[in-house]
Amino acid sequence: MKKLTKTMIAFVVVMTMLVSMCTVFASAAEEEGTFKIGGIGPLTGAAAIYGNAAMNGVQIAVDEINALGGIQFEFNPQDDTGVAETSVNAYNALKDWGVQAIVGTVTTAPCISVSAEAYSDRIFMLTPSASSTDVIADKDNMYQVCFTDPNQGIASADYMAENYPDAQIAVIYKNDDAYSQGIRDTFVSEAQAKELTVVYEGTFTEDTQTDFSVQVAAAQDAGADMVFLPIYYTPASVILTQANAIGYEPTFFGVDGMDGILSVENFDASLAEGVMLLTPFSADAEDERTQNFVKTYNDLYGETPNQFAADGYDAMYTIYQALQEAGCTADMSAEEICEALIGVMPTITVDGLTGQGMTWSDTGEVSKAPMAVVIKDGVYVLPETAEE
Amino acid sequence: MVFFTYLISGISLGSVYAIIALGYTMVYGIAKMLNFAHGDVIMVGGYVCYIALNSLGLPAVLAVLLSMLACTVLGVVIEGLAYRPLRQAGSLAVLITAIGVSYFLQNAAQLIWGATPKNFISVVHFNLPAGLMRLGLSSEALITVLVCIIIMAVLTAFVNHSKLGKAMRACSEDKGAAQLMGINVNRTISMTFAIGSALAAIAGVLLCSSYPVLQPTTGSMPGIKAFTAAVFGGIGSIPGAFIGGLLLGIIESLAKAYISTTLANSIVFAVLIVILLVKPTGLLGKYAPEKV
Amino acid sequence: MKNLKKTTKVDLATYIGVTVAFLIMYALQTGGHLTSSISGQLVPICCFIVMAVSLNLVVGISGELSLGHAGFMSVGAFGGIIAAQSLAETIPSTPLRLVVALAVGALCAVVVGFVVGVPVLRLRGDYLAIVTLAFGQIIKDLINCLLVGYDSHGLHIMFNISGLKSINDLHLEETGKAIIKGAQGAVGVTKISSFPAGFILVMLTLVIVLNLIRSRTGRAIMAIRDNRIAAESVGLNITKYKLMAFVISAALAGAAGALYGLNYGSLVASRFDFNTSILVLVYVVLGGLGNIWGSIIATVVLYMLPEALRQFSDYRMLVYAIVLILVMLATNNDQLKALLGKIIPHRKEAAGNE
Repeated sequence: MKKLTKTMIAFVVVMTMLVSMCTVFASAAEEEGTFKIGGIGPLTGAAAIYGNAAMNGVQIAVDEINALGGIQFEFNPQDDTGVAETSVNAYNALKDWGVQAIVGTVTTAPCISVSAEAYSDRIFMLTPSASSTDVIADKDNMYQVCFTDPNQGIASADYMAENYPDAQIAVIYKNDDAYSQGIRDTFVSEAQAKELTVVYEGTFTEDTQTDFSVQVAAAQDAGADMVFLPIYYTPASVILTQANAIGYEPTFFGVDGMDGILSVENFDASLAEGVMLLTPFSADAEDERTQNFVKTYNDLYGETPNQFAADGYDAMYTIYQALQEAGCTADMSAEEICEALIGVMPTITVDGLTGQGMTWSDTGEVSKAPMAVVIKDGVYVLPETAEE
Repeated sequence: MVFFTYLISGISLGSVYAIIALGYTMVYGIAKMLNFAHGDVIMVGGYVCYIALNSLGLPAVLAVLLSMLACTVLGVVIEGLAYRPLRQAGSLAVLITAIGVSYFLQNAAQLIWGATPKNFISVVHFNLPAGLMRLGLSSEALITVLVCIIIMAVLTAFVNHSKLGKAMRACSEDKGAAQLMGINVNRTISMTFAIGSALAAIAGVLLCSSYPVLQPTTGSMPGIKAFTAAVFGGIGSIPGAFIGGLLLGIIESLAKAYISTTLANSIVFAVLIVILLVKPTGLLGKYAPEKV
Repeated sequence: MKNLKKTTKVDLATYIGVTVAFLIMYALQTGGHLTSSISGQLVPICCFIVMAVSLNLVVGISGELSLGHAGFMSVGAFGGIIAAQSLAETIPSTPLRLVVALAVGALCAVVVGFVVGVPVLRLRGDYLAIVTLAFGQIIKDLINCLLVGYDSHGLHIMFNISGLKSINDLHLEETGKAIIKGAQGAVGVTKISSFPAGFILVMLTLVIVLNLIRSRTGRAIMAIRDNRIAAESVGLNITKYKLMAFVISAALAGAAGALYGLNYGSLVASRFDFNTSILVLVYVVLGGLGNIWGSIIATVVLYMLPEALRQFSDYRMLVYAIVLILVMLATNNDQLKALLGKIIPHRKEAAGNE
């Protein structure tokens, strides 16, 4: 008992020292005339890929803007491991740092928690990728760069109704994920309205996302010739591989989470041949800006950016443009900046990587055109050109 | 017809669980510890094989051997640095340390190889006749089942008949007595970790060959499932781990197909609970007097 | 003070220590001297202290390894959220609503604890551990299927087993409110938890657990832990005592869950997975099995550690893992302990004090 007590005391002393050291570090030096932009996203853990991509995208934008002269930014990305509680902790750490506006949170559930805090603290938030409508609901300080889930579900169903009215559709989605469930819900109700035939629906969860052979076999058994995958590209790549293994070749249809499938290192692109997806961003787009972005990203991080990175990049440019529009200066408080940005956000138009002429409603929802593309010979092409 | 497809997919999934469970059960039987880092050793095995194949351009066999070597070294180092100092401590302290090791491996892997998933190209390079393919049987699954049976047979023979195997059984029975009989307990346990980790490497390669996404968290869920499988069959029993793994895979697959994809995992766990209530030491727990 | 029993002194010191710590922190917080980072961690720390102390009751006092403690937290959290959200108009007073929510959370967890405990406690050792793990996973999956909404007709609850239903299938009225949207979890939760409420819950937990340990019942539970057969032969009802410890622990975890759930705007069931159970177990083991104030300190330190390591950015969780391993080695290895003992001077221990 005594021995243990002593060890505990020693342990506590060491930890306290450590913690106090850390707090000293945390209050780092400030620079004059620089906006402090915070970022929140999962930088470690199972969702790290999304958080890292988005934060890298923001960092590239910050570097570019700082190189222009004029408004200067300091960017501080914080890890939330994809958990709401840690996300709020990260948010509080940013507040201590003196954050003036936040790009984040990358994932949906944490974003809802953080935006509730930011709403009462009056700090402006722009999420690159948290796509649920609950994220922006009843919060005037919260804006999105990505489409909302219903928007994607409806757009997908409409596209299919227009181009493949007789398709036998199977849906495979991840039902412990807000993003996937959200798109599926609106897709299915819109599909009913448009009289599309859904012959099979299969689900999976975080714990069962390594094996899809049952869902794929069941979709084949149900006679589906179109498989809708409102999921991220990692499980999607497994589904494609496993469908190929049993010789099942329907048309796969994805949404923006599918973007990135071609950049999975070592992925056999021939498996993705003929996959259709609705995405606002394509790393193969030929405009100069996208190509520059892809090149810089590749040079810095050694991989092809996905849509999260592009959303992060656009989010930063949006804040930049909005700050200019509102005439904000770096010595303004987070609250003043928040009110000023809320004032200008519905009025600005931003040309980004994920859409030309993006505008926002005062609820925080973005309006931009999703683009349907088909994968052909390992690159995205427009459906019309793929026919030839 | 489609039932067979589901059954086969269950068997292929189950055989991967079984290989992982074999490693779990070996270590548990002898060191009497739940090695929660086992799943992460599997992940490391997958990465080493991936690097060997893609960056070093080694042929598949060499890559698998290299990966086994790396994991063996890793297993022995982990055992020596993190577990051996705790041999006298309570089993919970070791459990927590194992969890620390698991966190460490996952985060180290993310720093080294990045969070972006890598697509693992199967090490199995032959095709089955089209008829079998249509049934849902893949060459990876076939190899996994075969490898699993071979490993089980070799392990059983090794544990029952070799000198080291006898030492392992003795350690499992009673460490103190084994030491008194002149058995080097520390070395025996090290060897167990070496074998368990080499098995983990094979499991990692086969897991990634069948389910080709490789990322730092790849090993954790299969690790937990395999742990469940080992308990299911009677932890410490080698044939038990094999049967437990297969059954787990089949139940999971059929539950997904016929009951609910959402609750497939829960159904697996519910069956486990029922089995344990009826047979509190798992399926083969009692029938294996020579627990290893 | 001299003639008090040693255990009583330790208990008193624990109560006083916690109260003093609370008063200091509360004064600092209301005075605005705390960083937002620390003041944001106060409520979750309280929740996890309750979790750790209650798990210590099962693992340390009753001697059963449970790997599914987060499951009870989850049940309590969602139960509490449903209660708090649906009673928002009926009970306008926030503190009262919080109390009701905590009670509902605890009650839900008691029911589940009972259902889980009766079969589970027949098993022993690692088999018991794996079954609690299994129950934790099942609870998570079931909550992922839960659809709950509220409108003027009262609560609407639907179980989405097939995975094909959504919140729209509840057919809520226009004014209705969705409370739990299946896997998307609880959204739009009104934050009503507060640090004083957390403190009261911690104190309540301590009173319950410490009194239980020091009572006849507690001695019976510990006797069963130390030697099941001997305890049975002197006529102790093993099932009853084990179940009692298990259900009380579940109830406290449920209350902690409710407090936790009502501290954030959103909550998903996957937050309470296997890793969270393990996290709490780490607090308990590091604080010392059966050592209540050890659990408290370990929780505070280990909860704050990942936050304090933020400036290591990418290396944060790696450093956390290393610290965890080193601390386990330092506190459990005899040689290292002896080394530490040399650094910190020994006091002669009276015989029988152990």
